Amino acid sequence: MFRKLALSAAAALALTTGGAYAAGEGGHTEDFSFSFEGPFGTYDQAQLQRGLQVYTEVCSACHGLKFVPLRTLSAENGPGMPEDQVRAYAAQNYEVFDQEEDDYRAALPTDHFPANDTVGAPDLSLMAKARAGFHGPYGLGLNQLFNGIGGPEHIASILTGYTGEQRTQAGTTLYENHAFDGGWISMAPPLYGDDVTYADGTEATIEQESKDVAAFLMWTAEPKMMARKQAGFAGVLFLTVLSVLLYLTNKRIWKPIKYGKKD
Amino acid sequence: MSGIPHDHYEPSTGGEKWLHKRLPIVGLLYDTIMIPTPKNLNWMWIWGIVLTFCLALQIVTGIVLVMHYTPHVDMAFASVEHIMRNVNGGHMLRYLHANGASLFFVAVYAHIFRGLYYGSYKAPREVTWIIGMLIYLAMMATAFMGYVLPWGQMSFWGATVITGLFGAIPFIGESIQTWLLGGPAVDNATLNRFFSLHYLLPFVIAGLVIVHIWAFHTTGNNNPTGVEVRRTSKADAAKDTVPFWPYYVIKDLFALAVIMIIFFAIVGFMPNYLGHPDNYIEANPLSTPAHIVPEWYFLPFYAILRAFDSEVWVVQIASFVTGGIVDAKFFGVLAMFGAIAVLALTPWLDTSSVRSGRYRPSFKWWFWLLVVDFFVLMWGGAMPAEGIYPYISLMGAAYWFAYFLIILPLLGVIEKPLPQPATIDDDFKAHAAKTGGTKTVADPTPAE
Amino acid sequence: MRQTNDETNQLPATERRDFLYYATASTGAIAAGAAVWPLINSMNPSADVTASGTVRVDLAGVEPGQRITVKWQGRPVFAWRRSPAAIEAARAVDLDELPDPVDETDENPNLSGEEPALDENRAAGEDGEWLIVIGVCTHLGCIPLGQDGSAVGEFGGWFCPCHGSHYDTSGRIRKGPAPRNLDIPPYTLGEDLQLVIGT
Repeated sequence: MFRKLALSAAAALALTTGGAYAAGEGGHTEDFSFSFEGPFGTYDQAQLQRGLQVYTEVCSACHGLKFVPLRTLSAENGPGMPEDQVRAYAAQNYEVFDQEEDDYRAALPTDHFPANDTVGAPDLSLMAKARAGFHGPYGLGLNQLFNGIGGPEHIASILTGYTGEQRTQAGTTLYENHAFDGGWISMAPPLYGDDVTYADGTEATIEQESKDVAAFLMWTAEPKMMARKQAGFAGVLFLTVLSVLLYLTNKRIWKPIKYGKKD
Repeated sequence: MSGIPHDHYEPSTGGEKWLHKRLPIVGLLYDTIMIPTPKNLNWMWIWGIVLTFCLALQIVTGIVLVMHYTPHVDMAFASVEHIMRNVNGGHMLRYLHANGASLFFVAVYAHIFRGLYYGSYKAPREVTWIIGMLIYLAMMATAFMGYVLPWGQMSFWGATVITGLFGAIPFIGESIQTWLLGGPAVDNATLNRFFSLHYLLPFVIAGLVIVHIWAFHTTGNNNPTGVEVRRTSKADAAKDTVPFWPYYVIKDLFALAVIMIIFFAIVGFMPNYLGHPDNYIEANPLSTPAHIVPEWYFLPFYAILRAFDSEVWVVQIASFVTGGIVDAKFFGVLAMFGAIAVLALTPWLDTSSVRSGRYRPSFKWWFWLLVVDFFVLMWGGAMPAEGIYPYISLMGAAYWFAYFLIILPLLGVIEKPLPQPATIDDDFKAHAAKTGGTKTVADPTPAE
Repeated sequence: MRQTNDETNQLPATERRDFLYYATASTGAIAAGAAVWPLINSMNPSADVTASGTVRVDLAGVEPGQRITVKWQGRPVFAWRRSPAAIEAARAVDLDELPDPVDETDENPNLSGEEPALDENRAAGEDGEWLIVIGVCTHLGCIPLGQDGSAVGEFGGWFCPCHGSHYDTSGRIRKGPAPRNLDIPPYTLGEDLQLVIGT
């Protein structure tokens, strides 16, 4: 009863403070900081490997990564695992259906992470680009301009956003999560702390695990981010030089037209 | 090409003469590139080159993307991911193509509003304006169909909603919609035909661009004064103009390079800023996203579409008069297309004898209000259709129509224009002298 | 003031202008070139294709005399655990009888240089038990018959039905229009019979 009251009070508050927030965007995304933010941000290889571990040992039970080829785990601008480790990782953790052999076999680096539809959980390959953590203000998009779109922040916020409350609605158990739109999510809290043992000795707190797996999912969604930023930077630099030269040339050729003399 | 008197290409060598007799293509190119251009054009005249560049960029990146894309509902989304992950440089090509569409529309809106301010649509340039409007329509169709190809959630539901507009047409609407989609709903047939047309239309646009250029090379460019180039003699014309090469080619390339810096920064550092996150979720015909929002460049017209619901009195009157044939849904569609139609009719709606807004004191205010209105509508289109937003969109839509249908025709009659310069040369000298004076001080010759 | 400058320094001004023009033009040309390269490069084999350039096969289960086919880079690779009779037949052939008596490194990348097309140079494993060849006829690219043990041709290896090329038990062309012996893929075959095709 009290919760109902609180909810309607919150809804009323949302209505009065701005329509944009009344449209169901209740979730609050915390602005976690990541190594790959900003024009020069790069992936933290150790973090991606930790995130892979969290994904493998926790998330992969329900979620697939069907667009991600296993071989890319050895990408230098990604987790950067040695190739033999990738081969072992693929063979130990995943089975895929081979059309030619018409049977299941151990996964090879050339295979993708398998899809996972067992409980209807969404595929995570592109999740970090498929969610916007930041909005507004007032539909102007400025928040995203300065803070980014907020996909990985949103994932980490969801994972750390459970309040411990739960309720059952039409046969489904929902868990209260203040990062999730609407406040109630059907995914049970996946992380409790110390769910994995990190090889590099990092303490596996819920927040640490959440950030690591969010960073890993950013990489699965945008594996070429670093190459893209390098290309963008090279393009900007080169075009700046070209612009300066064109500016000077333009000034020079217009000079006789503007000042009525030839040089 | 007729128009401003100037020196034409004369074949000099034997080979040139031989070719010129059989195919005067060198002469055509020479006359096009050396066309006399008013020498007082300002920085708002650069968008034509930017647009030409955008068209080339989109066609070239598009042709390469097509080599790796699969237009099938089961494979389209995965093939885009294949481009993003496996194809050499594929992620850059795709981001260039996706953001290239945005640059294309930034440029086309700047180009259109420049035309509106300086009266570039007025006689004798109506045909240029109309061709331009056809290009704009073709661009919108191309962009819309291109957005469907990645087969994400926004692709699918955007296609559903936009083709649903045709379903609003009384009596035959549903048949048209079914025909457009190739079935009762967006599906593989839709994806395949959109793919085909998305590849075809850019070449139609390229053809229209040639006609567009042909038209304004015949009439001559407009310029910030709206005063025509003197055509009394070659010498007079030469006083008002400079050849396009090298003066405007270099100037436009400089502007293009600066714009490309910004463009590359967006592609390199925030390529998904202008996109929608939902399009990274594969299309699911059984689940609609919470908010279906078109790409930003459609938002002003999308706002007009949604502004007219059944509570607006104009809609109620239309519904009453037509016996219910024109309902709110159809009215919205009519309003949206009408908003573009009035734009196309501007040459005949503007009654002013003065071409350039520079010499129209009250027109200026109404014009800048229209620019603001455009952005307000864009914003209104992005907001949910509830609360106060539909009213804002409705006011925006009302001003849009009022500007073209009431203000433009009336202003021409009641406004007292300012004196215009007699010739382009006079205007150029006045401006060059002004900037020249400061330049002499600010530009000491480098130490020799 | 300005005029004086221009008059007294006529020549340097021109040179400076020329230099500027050349610099702008060449930078623009570099920009155009840099724009073309990604378009061309995008048509090179993509990462998934190059990744499938290495195939691993366990040959431990292959019986003597058995032939298996492995797909490598979109083409069949024939792996044959030859019987002693087939090896003997292959090694009894005189080089003079061969239409193509020399294997070059692009035909057999496992060689360090040009070598005679002796069976010893073409086969692998203890006693040359294993023959690994690309199953594409060197004539016009058909896939020769013989993997199932029938239609092996006149020389006991493979027979290409398209234009009647006969290959012997070492995969060498012996009769018919094919110009070269069957190519051999780059591979390694360890003691544990793990075959790795590609590099």
